[in-house]
Amino acid sequence: MYDRKKARAIAEHKKRWEKETLAKAFSRAPERLKRFSTVSDEEIAALYTPDDLDALDYDRDFSFPGEYPYTRGVQPSMYRGRLWTMRQFAGYGSAEDTNARFKYLLSQGQTGLSTAFHFPTLMGYDSDSPRAKGEVGKCGVAVDSLKDMEILFDGIPLDQVTTSMTINGPAAMVFAMYLGVAEKQGVPFKKLGGTIQNDILKEYIAQHAWVFPPEPSMRIITDILAYCTDHVPKWNTISISGYHIREAGSTAVQELAFTLADGIAYVRAGIEAGIPVDEFAPRLSFFFNSHIDFFEEVAKYRAARRMWARIMKERFKARDENSWKLRFHTQTAGCTLTAQQPINNVIRVALQALAAVMGGTQSLHTNSMDETLALPTEQAATIALRTQQIIAEESGAANAIDPLGGSFLVEKLTGEMEKKALAYIGKIDDMGGMVAAVKRGYPQREIADAAFHYQRLVDAREKKIVGVNCYTMEEEIPIPLLKIDESVEKKQVARTQEVRRKRSAKRVSARLDALKEASLSKANLMPLLLDAVREYATLGEICDALRETMGTYTDPAVF
Amino acid sequence: MASAMTRSQADAKGKKPARKVRILIGKPGLDGHDRGAKIIARALRDAGFEVIYTGLHQTPEMIANAAAQEDVDGIGLSILSGAHNYLFPRIVEMLREKKMDGVVVFGGGIIPDEDIPKLKKKGVDRVFTPGTKLQEIVDYVREHVKPRK
Repeated sequence: MYDRKKARAIAEHKKRWEKETLAKAFSRAPERLKRFSTVSDEEIAALYTPDDLDALDYDRDFSFPGEYPYTRGVQPSMYRGRLWTMRQFAGYGSAEDTNARFKYLLSQGQTGLSTAFHFPTLMGYDSDSPRAKGEVGKCGVAVDSLKDMEILFDGIPLDQVTTSMTINGPAAMVFAMYLGVAEKQGVPFKKLGGTIQNDILKEYIAQHAWVFPPEPSMRIITDILAYCTDHVPKWNTISISGYHIREAGSTAVQELAFTLADGIAYVRAGIEAGIPVDEFAPRLSFFFNSHIDFFEEVAKYRAARRMWARIMKERFKARDENSWKLRFHTQTAGCTLTAQQPINNVIRVALQALAAVMGGTQSLHTNSMDETLALPTEQAATIALRTQQIIAEESGAANAIDPLGGSFLVEKLTGEMEKKALAYIGKIDDMGGMVAAVKRGYPQREIADAAFHYQRLVDAREKKIVGVNCYTMEEEIPIPLLKIDESVEKKQVARTQEVRRKRSAKRVSARLDALKEASLSKANLMPLLLDAVREYATLGEICDALRETMGTYTDPAVF
Repeated sequence: MASAMTRSQADAKGKKPARKVRILIGKPGLDGHDRGAKIIARALRDAGFEVIYTGLHQTPEMIANAAAQEDVDGIGLSILSGAHNYLFPRIVEMLREKKMDGVVVFGGGIIPDEDIPKLKKKGVDRVFTPGTKLQEIVDYVREHVKPRK
């Protein structure tokens, strides 16, 4: 970055400063801590100077926004052209409840939708399954059939809004239902924009909502890649997610490394399925966590862009620039929120959101302050959205592109993050890639170790959490919480059973048989899934049919 | 996996080991948040208890069966999906049906304060909420969970 001679002179000056000026200060008042480190426990020096950037080259490593390797941003104009998409994750109770929340959020200036499904949907069970008892509508919205999906998007024109859906194990089935709604609204598939998470590898690693074992799941994913390439070209087919890896307790480096290693596995699978890389890679997107350590997070996003660009260009020989660009969504870190003094969470979320913006995110979800206690109330969700709007409109953070680029600290951290993540990726490559590593429980164990280490640091008060292990209060100020009415389950079960009564049983069973047969061949399952949901086959029925041919997966329970 | 050998393995070696307290850590329901459960399992193991972890996505039946099979003295349940009001009492009920009333059931997760008295009334001995120190849970288990006769 700097002229060699100049950098060396600065390094010498730094040594003098440390020995004379700084040491003198410390002799009067010693350092607060024995060791300063990030929340991921990476050591941080007192000061960074140009000699820390010695190995870096501006054109090679930073370049310009919209130009390879995109360290400074994927779009040339970034937020000077258009702000990031404000996309609040929402879903609770029945489809009617969530439809109302969607409309409310859009009326308050939200610019995209993001759907949270309840656990039975995430695991491929209907609301009347014994497995669903007590869970219906609790952690997201209940969707069993196309009927629920029609209600969920009632009055929301799908050609005018982009929708993200957090769905993985049964991603293909739920996506088919979304396509079913588009058909009913008369919206051509070519006009549909949005994202399905569809990242099954991180389910085995961290989030743990799966239906089938790894190999058949990877096959369904390549079916989706091929189908969307031909029929839904604007759709983001996989949102390769570090978010849940981090929430499960990983470090920032692990989040970055495992996410990109998952990405590598999907690109390999697509190529092996015979799809040319530049036909599907531009529709891959990413999803990262924004944790509490501000500079470490900004460095993570910048490193992620640079690494992915190099992986796609050099390793996979992609030639379309759009294949090189790492576009990402960010969510602030749920695991950093505290049940104690919950209003403080508003401040945590604001800092994390600022890091995501400084790191150049394409879309952002800000958590609500009450989320360690329940799903968000309308008021808490509004404050969370306003937090983004204040950053966007008032703070000045969106004025200049990559505002922390060139910071000695941030550039140093970015480089270190890249180096350490590449070492992890090398290890996973040696194991035969992420599918093999997951089967060995490697990332699972690394994350569990990191989570345990962090908890020990918190218990020893080496990592401080305000309101938890310092500045605690005896009497807490309570905040209002959203309650999911127990009647939701009854109503939902009744609706699904009515759907079953009204449809043609004969046609449904024919569709399910066709699906099972196709699953044993190499046929693309997407058109058959669409046929099944059009007849109102339920999610649970479809998944059960495919469980027969594709098998199930059980948690290896490593701790 | 739990490193503990089972009691029958210990007997087979011909020694009569000091009876260690056996704890089952269970994840009932469909939620996949196992960070807390795994940390607690490890902390209890490090503190000298025999720990068995069920893994994710367990039905109340699966947990009660595991408790009987492993002959445990205490069960720690973790749930973050909001289904605790149904699942916790259901597990206590099933233990009773199996004549395992002596097993101490405790739990943790995302559980609103107002639900805690109701859960206690239904047989959950103690509910830990977010921010609890590991040592506090270890101390609780040491004090309240004893080997069943």
